[in-house]
Amino acid sequence: MSPQLDALWVYLQANPLGWLTATLIAYWIGRRAQQALGGRPYINPVAIAVILLVTLLVVTGTPYQTYFAGAQFVHFLLGPATVALAVPLYQNWPQVRRSVIPMVAALLAGAITAVTSALGIAWALGASAPSLVSIAPKSVTMPVAMGIAEKLGGIPSLTAVMVLLTGIIGAVIATPLLNALGLKDWRARGFAVGIASHGIGTARAFQVNDLAGTFAGIGMALNALATAILVPLLWQW
Amino acid sequence: MIEAGILLLLCQLAGESLVRALGVPVPGPVLGAVLMLAFLAIRRRVPETLDKTSRELLANFSLLFIPAGVGIIVHWARLEAEAVALIAALIGSTALTIAVTSLVFVWVDRLTGGTPGARQPS
Repeated sequence: MSPQLDALWVYLQANPLGWLTATLIAYWIGRRAQQALGGRPYINPVAIAVILLVTLLVVTGTPYQTYFAGAQFVHFLLGPATVALAVPLYQNWPQVRRSVIPMVAALLAGAITAVTSALGIAWALGASAPSLVSIAPKSVTMPVAMGIAEKLGGIPSLTAVMVLLTGIIGAVIATPLLNALGLKDWRARGFAVGIASHGIGTARAFQVNDLAGTFAGIGMALNALATAILVPLLWQW
Repeated sequence: MIEAGILLLLCQLAGESLVRALGVPVPGPVLGAVLMLAFLAIRRRVPETLDKTSRELLANFSLLFIPAGVGIIVHWARLEAEAVALIAALIGSTALTIAVTSLVFVWVDRLTGGTPGARQPS
């Protein structure tokens, strides 16, 4: 390598700018790929972006810490974005108020199913204790899930991976699964996707139907609250 | 955009502070969202800049999961060792949760009279 190229590489490696840009480009490629293939559910932009970035890190021998130093600026926005969920919640308040009873029932059933079934299956198949704590809050939006795992002595960064995989799985299986169940109520469909697979599922729901997306956002927000209370209680018990 | 940023960050900051001060088991940003909802309910309308910024943030919500998701690289050894248990748990539990939640929603909705206006053909 020429000295200039060498200097460029050192700059890109050490400076947050390079990895921040790479993250946005990888996401953009993922979105374009999904659009190009007609918005099919099994092509997930986040999955594509993560595969591209992991490949890039492995090929260049870059440690995750170096990558995260740049990408943390995107990660930081999870907090404000969670607060921003209050806006569609307020705007759709009349719809929400009319659906309060089915939502509360579905929230309780969904939150409990998400935690207990993940724990049950993982435990039955012999997952280790740290993995169990880390998988319990997998259906909840990332900053909240990481907070829960941290409080219970799990591994927050492992929880982040579980949350990401859950979101991708939910976004991929929701449409075929709900069609197979014969469900046509967009409120129920969206709400279920938001409860089970948080923000990535919600992003997918907004692609399919606006009302579904709104209820997915509400489901995600409510489940963040419900699981944050439920999981620590379950643990004590 | 600046006003929206201030509002979002102030709510988050207040949420994080309250969680620590009161020792409640709820994550800070969630309490921040509750505070934002209270603020909007009192104001009785969404400031235009907040509406725009929130839409932009939520439209790209999945982007925000990528940096932590790339952390999969750090946990590769554990994931490989426990791959079957973890992947079965993730797929099984996610499918079960979607099915249970949507069925309970529709079932209770029907039981309580429902809102036919919200039901749209697929």
